[in-house]
Amino acid sequence: MKSVSSTKGAIGVETLHMTMRFGAFTALDDVSVRIEPGSFHALLGENGAGKSTLVKCIMGFYHATSGEMLIDGHEAKVPDPRAAHALGLGMVYQHFTLVPSLTAAENLVISREDAPAVIDWRKESARLEDFMTRMPFRVPLDRPVRALAAGEKQKLEILKQLYLGRRFLILDEPTSVLTPDEADEVLGHVRGLCEAGAITVLMISHKFREVEAYADEVTVLRRGKLVGQGPVADLSRAEMARMMMGDAKLAEPAPRAGIPGPIILSAMGVRAKDRSGLKEIALERLEVRGGEIVGLAGISGNGQVELMELLTGQRPHYAGSIEVKGAPFEATRSEARVLGVRYLPEEPLHNACAPRMSVVENIGFRTFDLNGSGSRFWLKPGDMRRRAGELVEAFRVKTASLDSPISSLSGGNVQRAVLARELTGAVDLLIVANPCFGLDFTAVAEIRARIMSARNGGAAVLLISEDLDEIMELADRVLVMSEGAISYDRPVGEVAIGEIGQRMAGHH
Amino acid sequence: MTIADPVDIGTRERFSSEGWLAWLARRSEAVVIPVLALLAGLAVFGVFLMLVGKSPADFYGLVFQAAYGSSFSWQNTLSRTGPLLFAALCVALPAKLGLVVIGGEGAIVLGGVAAGALAAALASWPGAIAIPVLGLAASFVGAVWIGAIGWLRYARGVNETIASLLTAYIAIALMNHLVEGPFRDPASLNKPSTAPLAEHLRVGNIPGWDVHWGLAVGVVVCILSWLLIDRTTWGFAARIAGGNVRAAEVQGLPVGRLIISFTALGGAFAGLAGMFEVTAVHGSANASLAAGYGYTGILIAFLARQNPLAIIPVAILLAGFEASSGLIQRRMDLPDATVLVLQGFVFVAILLSESLYGRFKIFAPERWRAG
Repeated sequence: MKSVSSTKGAIGVETLHMTMRFGAFTALDDVSVRIEPGSFHALLGENGAGKSTLVKCIMGFYHATSGEMLIDGHEAKVPDPRAAHALGLGMVYQHFTLVPSLTAAENLVISREDAPAVIDWRKESARLEDFMTRMPFRVPLDRPVRALAAGEKQKLEILKQLYLGRRFLILDEPTSVLTPDEADEVLGHVRGLCEAGAITVLMISHKFREVEAYADEVTVLRRGKLVGQGPVADLSRAEMARMMMGDAKLAEPAPRAGIPGPIILSAMGVRAKDRSGLKEIALERLEVRGGEIVGLAGISGNGQVELMELLTGQRPHYAGSIEVKGAPFEATRSEARVLGVRYLPEEPLHNACAPRMSVVENIGFRTFDLNGSGSRFWLKPGDMRRRAGELVEAFRVKTASLDSPISSLSGGNVQRAVLARELTGAVDLLIVANPCFGLDFTAVAEIRARIMSARNGGAAVLLISEDLDEIMELADRVLVMSEGAISYDRPVGEVAIGEIGQRMAGHH
Repeated sequence: MTIADPVDIGTRERFSSEGWLAWLARRSEAVVIPVLALLAGLAVFGVFLMLVGKSPADFYGLVFQAAYGSSFSWQNTLSRTGPLLFAALCVALPAKLGLVVIGGEGAIVLGGVAAGALAAALASWPGAIAIPVLGLAASFVGAVWIGAIGWLRYARGVNETIASLLTAYIAIALMNHLVEGPFRDPASLNKPSTAPLAEHLRVGNIPGWDVHWGLAVGVVVCILSWLLIDRTTWGFAARIAGGNVRAAEVQGLPVGRLIISFTALGGAFAGLAGMFEVTAVHGSANASLAAGYGYTGILIAFLARQNPLAIIPVAILLAGFEASSGLIQRRMDLPDATVLVLQGFVFVAILLSESLYGRFKIFAPERWRAG
């Protein structure tokens, strides 16, 4: 393999005790990572572990609260991304940043900071051809980028970084939009560039397979802290999974009462397209009984969002059946009402509220058209207000006023308001997704207690969560979702954490 | 187990009703910002007038005189207000669902043609029955025309703004085809029209006014629309869907049906405007139907923050601008299009002001204490 450049080669980056706080929240806690020149380094961690914060600090998007950074062995200050670029640092994002209507050549030339106002295309083409001959892989330069396959686009993104003279590349889940074959090809080339000493790579990934196949070293973050580091060759998949999820003290199951009742929710043989439209969601069997919490673990992007959409009637399925209490369920308002189905979607402000409507109105979403068991035509603003006042009091929603727009509330209080709305009245099935994401400790404890009390009251609860601690604390039964399928089903007492890790990582 | 007080969260806030000051502050944002934007638009237009060598003071004085200065000018203004009320509702009702429909002109024109063509067939019916039937027919045509835009949006993801604008041009072409072809009265030589309406099918004036019934019906329809949006469960469901369609779907609300019914209702009102234009103003359907009311309605709905009650005063204001264009032409030697330029300035100011909502602490009582 040819070296990209004789004068410029891979550079190393080292962070020393890097800490990043947002208000009272510590996103990154004393993290020291050393990435050797020419190495392929993987950064592992669950959502919210601090991976993005770390790379954003390196790239100058954030300014670390404390800690230092060495670039190419010298102490460096990176006030903004432009400074990072000047030092030879570049980043390839999860989603493409190319202009679809322009050709690859045009994309490359306009990405240069010193691109001239009038471009001499003949000269530029010659330079590009020359550049391409020095590259280990090529992409067609004269076709519009939108005509390229995803793998070609990702290769072009990487070529663009090399073209811009970057010598340290951060790849943020670079294969999430690629097929496995494309991923192997792209990562193979990247690995080749590392071995040739052209670049150093820091790759954020969720996929153990890719980490094992291509990375030299791995760093694992968990809740902002560095929890593991070492050569990939020395670590087993199970060990990495354990580091990511933290086996040290997994939450004890919370106290609970009662025994499981009859099956409330059942999804059998359900098939649907995933968000990209390329892969399939395939649920052979998902059953939730009254009085139990079924925890569905999994790394984000493995079909959890699609499952929630299937259960809320937002995504059609073309095979199988979804039933609640034995009746076909399409999540219409009357079905949900009669069958007692309630939802707590993730990010409640974006998925369960109308942000500019008031607290009163948002709390009224379930009941505004309800008149006893029938429906009503005229609103009853007085009743709505009184009821919202009572619920705000009972669920301790902190808001300046009942008339404040719900978007003015803190995340924990939005979730409390949504809980107040969804958990009041007869609840037979509660479907919850990442209910505590981004909330502070008090709100987390309170919201989990509310979910547990719904279960103890006899409701069937499906808890979709990326936080394994949350699942271990709340669930009676644990399922794992991976690549659109459910692949594990054990009572919480018999769960082996290593096995869950492997299932989450896509080992069946 | 019981789970009383999982965590003590300390001082609990109590709720009484908000003070009147907070109530007023919260509601005044939707009045203060559009009024300021309107004034800004008028001011910038004033600069434009000075650049072409005219006095803004003379101009606005004339507008006031021509629009509101005498009982004659009031009647002139109010008779233009009726169709504007309907046209603005055709924008405001879909807007509650987050849709920007700007093709009300198409529904007005086709509603007018439907009324003009049907009137010939109903000439033997008594007016008290035939006129409501004409209204229903025009509403139906308008409802189908704009409701189809809603359906395309919901079922096929077609951008409703572009679709409604382009279909308005189709509607105008269709009207020209119909009044020059199948529905043409052979006696209409210079201006192809449908047959003149029989006298008993003409809608007359409100007793004691020189303004036809379209204004009264328009005001009633605005009030009913406000009740629908603000006081009924259907309106509430529409506001949820307009506020966040994902939340509405999770609540199991029939988003598609809401979109189609609100666009269809808006279209029905626009169709009704066409019917009044034919039965009360022109006496037959012809190219005069495409008078631009549908486009002025867009400006009115935006100035009124899509609130059907606010549409009434705003429509009177904009009708006044239009009513004054003749006098301005004669007295200030300015072209006919001057009022359009004025409307354009106001519209740009309104669009710019959209970015100001939520910026000012004075309108958000929950931020007062933060200092």
